[in-house]
Amino acid sequence: MATRLMFENSCEVGVFSKLTNAYCLVAIGGSESFYSTFEAELADHIPVVKTSIAGTRIIGRLCAGNKNGLLLPHTTTDQELQQLRNSLPDQVVVQRVDEKLSALGNCIACNDHVALTHTDLDRETEELVADVLGVEVFRQTIAGNILVGSYCAFSNRGGLVHPHTSIEDLDELSTLLQVPLVAGTVNRGSEVIAAGMTVNDWTAFCGADTTATELSVIESVFKLREAQPTAIVDEMRKSLIDSYV
Amino acid sequence: MADSSMFTVPQTIGHILCCKCGVPIVPNGANMCVTCLRSEVDITEGLKKHVIIMHCPECDSYFEPPRTWIKAQLESKELLKFCIGKLGDLTKKVRLVDASFVWTEPHSKRIKVKLTVQKEVLHGAILEQSYIVEYVQQDHMCESCTRIQANPDQWVAAVQLRQHVSHRRTFFYLEQLILKHGAASQAIKIKQVDEGIDFFFANRSHAMRFVDFVGKVSPLRNRHDKQLVSHDPKSNNYNYKYTFSAEICPICREDLICLPPKVAASLGNLGPIVICTKVTDRIALLDPFTLRHCFLSADQYWRVPFKSLFTSRQFVEYIVLDVEPVSNEVDFGGSKYKLADVQVARKSDFGRNDNIFYVRTHLGHLLNPGDYALGYDTYGANSNDMELDKYRGLTLPEAILVKKSYGEKREKKRGKARQWKLKSLDMEVDESKGRSDKDKIASEYEEFLRDLEENPELRFNISLYRNREYEPSEIASVTTGEDLPSVPLEELLADLDMSDEEDEENGMRD
Repeated sequence: MATRLMFENSCEVGVFSKLTNAYCLVAIGGSESFYSTFEAELADHIPVVKTSIAGTRIIGRLCAGNKNGLLLPHTTTDQELQQLRNSLPDQVVVQRVDEKLSALGNCIACNDHVALTHTDLDRETEELVADVLGVEVFRQTIAGNILVGSYCAFSNRGGLVHPHTSIEDLDELSTLLQVPLVAGTVNRGSEVIAAGMTVNDWTAFCGADTTATELSVIESVFKLREAQPTAIVDEMRKSLIDSYV
Repeated sequence: MADSSMFTVPQTIGHILCCKCGVPIVPNGANMCVTCLRSEVDITEGLKKHVIIMHCPECDSYFEPPRTWIKAQLESKELLKFCIGKLGDLTKKVRLVDASFVWTEPHSKRIKVKLTVQKEVLHGAILEQSYIVEYVQQDHMCESCTRIQANPDQWVAAVQLRQHVSHRRTFFYLEQLILKHGAASQAIKIKQVDEGIDFFFANRSHAMRFVDFVGKVSPLRNRHDKQLVSHDPKSNNYNYKYTFSAEICPICREDLICLPPKVAASLGNLGPIVICTKVTDRIALLDPFTLRHCFLSADQYWRVPFKSLFTSRQFVEYIVLDVEPVSNEVDFGGSKYKLADVQVARKSDFGRNDNIFYVRTHLGHLLNPGDYALGYDTYGANSNDMELDKYRGLTLPEAILVKKSYGEKREKKRGKARQWKLKSLDMEVDESKGRSDKDKIASEYEEFLRDLEENPELRFNISLYRNREYEPSEIASVTTGEDLPSVPLEELLADLDMSDEEDEENGMRD
């Protein structure tokens, strides 16, 4: 199911939050309604953590992560780093990255198996991404834009990309990512997909301006209708229990 | 590498769903289909949709503040331009792509214009929209129509054109010239009077323009005057009536003139007896005995004005008995002349008595024995001219021939319609002097037409129209000897088919 919400009168939900299969990061806002929406939906299954990165609230665009790890920019303070290490589950590796392009959320788009990165990303960062997140890294552009992290959002089930992506590009990306992709918009025709929504394998959160058509497209491509959170999380739990014993 | 161009993958743009209605569309700036975009954004917001315009029903013109009235027909280009101008500066807000009229009933006093405009909305998508502007026509008489309504005979400037001769040939010719050049198009009234024509205008500058025009085609002397009609002391506006009095010189073509001694001397001692061959803004004079010629300009004439000795009404017909050429052909003013000694007899004398005159004439190139010629009978005439008396020891020849006559052949053709016809000005005729001899005027007009036929140079400035009712006669093949000079077909203008309307304004004379 996809939920519509607003952060302090802004529909750019993907800027102020980061959602993965193992955890959720939320920015600290004036009113608690943003946090409580996430909490109501996710608290039963994954930890929802309120944080800031580098003293800012635009955490969704500064960090990149999946169920295996979380990458933070070099501007993250030590306290924030520590707080995140404490709040997140132990198998999630939290790592600070020394990278010139510090808005990692705009430069890296990833799910649990594949990542697409900005074409000018450093070699070391790319290796770090492959190590920490445990993914295969591809340098790509989307509809001619190098900020892949902003213009596409994908999970392990499907992905949504910039509306002007050509059919050939769509086919190529789909082959790389091994998930079905569709070109579409969010927040009433906005092309910046990842800023307008955030998604994981069983749920998605979109800005309040998102129209019913867009919502139906999102639900169908990410296969959210029949998604059962418990099934997915239980799979993860099994691996957790394994490690204890 | 053989080919320098890079390998590029062909890019086909796919379809996305419109974010509002879900219909597949090509992605655009707003990522919405056109209908959804139209329902969202109205680019005609803030543009005028209802305008009031003033219309004068008399002269069918529209008011353009602060002062002008623009004449325009319904659904014409000028009206469209006027209507779009009334909307204010559209280009600041939108881009105008198309404009056209929507038909409305003329009595409804509404004009509808459909405009198509373009504007950029929402991240670079350009939207095009049509809308209709309605103009309400309010009737309001313009100032000139009000003035005319109040007093229809009101004129501001008048031109009184006079020529003190006993015939109206000049005025017939002038009438045709005026028609051809449209010089009297701004006249509100034209009145024909004894020895002249009066033209009335609504504007002093129109009258001046007319006087200048006439001055270019005939030697004119004019003076002007004005009369105060009203005076507004507060705004210091003075309204006048202006009058121009123009006199055309009384010398006409084919007149015989005896030059005053001063004029003859100033022209290089041109023989005092001269014939006037052409009158434009200068008078062309020809000495028939020496074939010398010269021009007299208007102010030269009016400095020492003189009258002609004989005018073309006093023509007498002569029969040419014998021709002896004396000199070669001389070309003067476009026409050729040849000196010859001829033996002539007056037609009235011929067969009755033996009065034969031996005279010198300049028509040697035209005359052959047996021809008829027109000339002045100085032998039998009793002229009472002061100038002639000033010359002592001047002997006049007994006859001076001026032109060849086609009298006999004219008789055959009399009553048959000509191949061409002329238009005429709409003139009021002043009957007060009792000059209603229609026959005299008709015969003068007939002579004028004959003149036109014989002289191509006269026809140069005149428009001739093809006569639809003319049928070439069956006996055209029977022509004895020379043909009559007539107007060649190439010179005729085909009359406009809208002659029904024109008939009301310019009567047709046959």
